[in-house]
Amino acid sequence: MSILVNKNNKIIVQGFTGKQGTFHAEQCIAYGSNIVGGVTPNKGGQTHLGKPVFNTVSEAVKQTGADTTIIFVPPYFAAKAILEAANAGISLAVVITEGIPFKDMIHAKLYATKESMKIIGPNCPGIITPDECKIGIMPGDIFKKGNVGLISKSGTLTYEASHQISSCGYGISTAIGIGGDPIIGLSFIEVLSMFEDDEETKTIVLIGEIGGNLEIEAAEFIKTNIKKPIIGFIAGATAPKGKRMGHAGAIISGDKGSAKEKKKALEEAGVHMVDSVAHISTMLENLH
Amino acid sequence: MNIHEYQAKKLFSDYEIPILKGEVVFSSDGAYEYAKSLKGDIFAVKAQIHAGGRGLGGGVKIAKNLKEVREFSDEILGMQLITPQTDEHGQEVKKIYIEEGADISHQYYLSIVLDRGLEKPVIIASLDGGVNIEDVALSSPERIITTEIDSLIGLQSFHIANICSGLALCKEDSKVFGAFIEKLYKFYIENDVELVEINPLIKTTDNHFIALDAKVSFDENALYRHPKIEELRDIEEEEEIELEANSHGLKYVELDGNIGCMVNGAGLAMAVMDMIKHEGGSPANFLDIGGGASVETVTKAFEIMQTNRKIKVIFINIFGGIVRCDLVANGILGAMNEIKLDIPLVVRLEGTNAKQGLEILENSGYQNIVAISDLEKATKKSIELSK
Repeated sequence: MSILVNKNNKIIVQGFTGKQGTFHAEQCIAYGSNIVGGVTPNKGGQTHLGKPVFNTVSEAVKQTGADTTIIFVPPYFAAKAILEAANAGISLAVVITEGIPFKDMIHAKLYATKESMKIIGPNCPGIITPDECKIGIMPGDIFKKGNVGLISKSGTLTYEASHQISSCGYGISTAIGIGGDPIIGLSFIEVLSMFEDDEETKTIVLIGEIGGNLEIEAAEFIKTNIKKPIIGFIAGATAPKGKRMGHAGAIISGDKGSAKEKKKALEEAGVHMVDSVAHISTMLENLH
Repeated sequence: MNIHEYQAKKLFSDYEIPILKGEVVFSSDGAYEYAKSLKGDIFAVKAQIHAGGRGLGGGVKIAKNLKEVREFSDEILGMQLITPQTDEHGQEVKKIYIEEGADISHQYYLSIVLDRGLEKPVIIASLDGGVNIEDVALSSPERIITTEIDSLIGLQSFHIANICSGLALCKEDSKVFGAFIEKLYKFYIENDVELVEINPLIKTTDNHFIALDAKVSFDENALYRHPKIEELRDIEEEEEIELEANSHGLKYVELDGNIGCMVNGAGLAMAVMDMIKHEGGSPANFLDIGGGASVETVTKAFEIMQTNRKIKVIFINIFGGIVRCDLVANGILGAMNEIKLDIPLVVRLEGTNAKQGLEILENSGYQNIVAISDLEKATKKSIELSK
């Protein structure tokens, strides 16, 4: 078992023939992900990386039976790409694109919800179930198979955590980067609940950051709904107020969204918090 | 992106949102001349900087005659204005806004802001304007009316009716105030505004509702479709070095410590700053170099960090994924050849080809490079070298 993705996902790539799309699709294929084709308007009928190219998502779904998409479309068109995927009956969209206006994203998410399509991202590294399926831009080989469910807002911090988890002899059931934008699809709560129900996942590692209140909501949810042990870390304890720290959503407004506030809430919910990202592995060993 | 009050008011007037007559000026002579052209015998002299709370720092004054206009303008222009939202050095005032006076019968508060938790815009209206809205929220939350606007339906007349009745407005006032909200919402939606705040929104003794102040910030990601608004960017109000970094695809924020940090990825960059602090050191900056670590990128990153003279050591932490560590190592050496760095460099490489990368650095001949694969050890080494 795992969550959200496994070797059965039939995946298409939106923005398939672009530079980013090409590079990462090739990596995903090499990893063994079941990429069945891609979409680039006006390039339908061609073959790219040995897979068929379609003009529209709808055509791709009809021809290939695709149920999952990974989106590399530039920010100005990315929200439209999400709408198109939802309209075509895709059930999971992984949105890598950074820089989508929040107004567009609110709109896209409302429609995706109506069409029961889940969104991961935007501005995220994607999702990986080791040895089965990688839908994202992460380096596959640092994710070893195991029983730790990993959920994070950030890309390279996910890699760092996974590296630590495997270097102390553990591994990952599924790792998911939910993205650092103000408006994102799946949030901590939905993913935590999936990990709770997943038999393979024994421990959960949750990595948040400053800005917004998703971690606070997660803390409330954890209190009554999650029985599995969780190790937590919040990045940005040293970040100044009012400054955007790289991610569009990583900003402390007034006193809201600070690392201190989030850490306290999660601690009160029973999460084993670490002050330094280098201590995740130590905490993992202590718990077992 | 933030803009000034005078720019926001210009945009307001395009939407027929009522404002008072006013103009931005750059000298006390200009202030005097403009005030003279206004009718009336009372004038506001307002510092134009992006930070809020200008009045508290002495950046907003009411002049009762033309002589005072000149006096206050001389006082405010060129001052380092310190407000609760600036740092301790404040912000230099280079322009002021001269505005006609008004007879105020009541001060309200009105804002529209994206609520990240709800994932929709909310309209916040309060009976108490001209004061800090957070204070009102604490002391008398019942005087604040918060209305969520679902993007599926947009602003509806029932929303407006709820707000007006919440503010206990009479029938005539509700009509005028309702029209005000409608115009402001239209402005918010059409321009990809992230926050528009009017504090205070005044009712005059002759029953007009007017935006006495205006604070507006826009969604940076949407500026591509609003070129006219992009032109309003005041680079003097933003950190020059941050803009410079941005134009090269780097994200940089200066802090007050002495350990320069260069990291790939925003989350990891924050985590590295936190680790330094946790282990007893002090980070000098946030710097995310993104996915690649080419000679050009690293060179630019070094150049930017060199502008901060407090830096005693540079800590580079790269988690090689798609970008291989041996290439990163060569990128660092290439940049070292471009820029002569006379401070120590602690480099931590992990991930794809980390071993090769570390070997390249160890054999480089540079005495000031320390290559370490363990994150915690590398952090401690940087701190040791910064003392």
